[in-house]
Amino acid sequence: MDHSAERSLSTYLTGFALAVVLTAIPFALVWGGLLTGPAVYAVIAVAAVLQVIVHLVFFLHMDFKSTPGENLFFLGFAAVLICIMVGGSLWIMMDLHHRMM
Amino acid sequence: MSETTLNSELLEHEEKKSLESREFGFWVYLMTDAVIFALLFASYVVLSKNSAAGPTSKDLFDLGHTAGETVLLLLSSLTFGVATIAMTSDHAGRVVLWLFITLLLGLGFLAMEMLEFYGMIAQGAGPGTSGFLSAFFTLVGTHGLHVAFGAIGICVMIGQVMIKGLTLPVRSRLVRLGLFWHFLDIVWIGIFSVVYLPGVM
Repeated sequence: MDHSAERSLSTYLTGFALAVVLTAIPFALVWGGLLTGPAVYAVIAVAAVLQVIVHLVFFLHMDFKSTPGENLFFLGFAAVLICIMVGGSLWIMMDLHHRMM
Repeated sequence: MSETTLNSELLEHEEKKSLESREFGFWVYLMTDAVIFALLFASYVVLSKNSAAGPTSKDLFDLGHTAGETVLLLLSSLTFGVATIAMTSDHAGRVVLWLFITLLLGLGFLAMEMLEFYGMIAQGAGPGTSGFLSAFFTLVGTHGLHVAFGAIGICVMIGQVMIKGLTLPVRSRLVRLGLFWHFLDIVWIGIFSVVYLPGVM
């Protein structure tokens, strides 16, 4: 029991360290003005997606072995719904904005 | 005699099954909550430039303040994790201690957010000023409201661990509250990446 507790503490600490690094990178870039233009948005987006994955794996303990299939299915389903609704809304509104200019 | 042990075994088995299905139900709730937040993000992105000649995100956002909030919330995720570990090794006292630290960090986050909102409203940048600010207050306020409910949940669970001890249902509730708390941290990643960082550029 104690051994597994140690292991899970190191899991949380690894996740925490990764999350700190993935937060620090975009903050430092924006704060220092090191990059400009679309490159910054790309870095922010990539860091955010990676950090979400870090949280899911190290804090919510999701993996393909121990997590029940239904939970993964619902996560995937929510991701698809979000892509359709958010992607669709942004596509329509950006297009509208573009045509109104 | 053997019948009663059989019955209690059956009862324990059924209890475990019922707790498992509750955990799944909670997961489904979290996913629907994720959809709500995603749509609030979409509204914010659409409205973020519509400041109606009022203050823009560049005038209002302070990245240092956001970094402070991020640190508090991330640390609180870690301390909740430590509380979960204490639960698996049956240390009720340590669970209460780490939950209390998590609560303090969460309340610190809420205090910083309230301060930010109060400062903005005092500058005349309330939710009624422009489309940008309506979307901002709705998105960030909804997240803050979730954190407030999470803090209430932590208070309740501290009480339950102290009074009932680490029974099976209490453990299950603690696990579900942990899911909720870590989920809120994930939403916050979206908030600083979509709202604050692009807002100050």
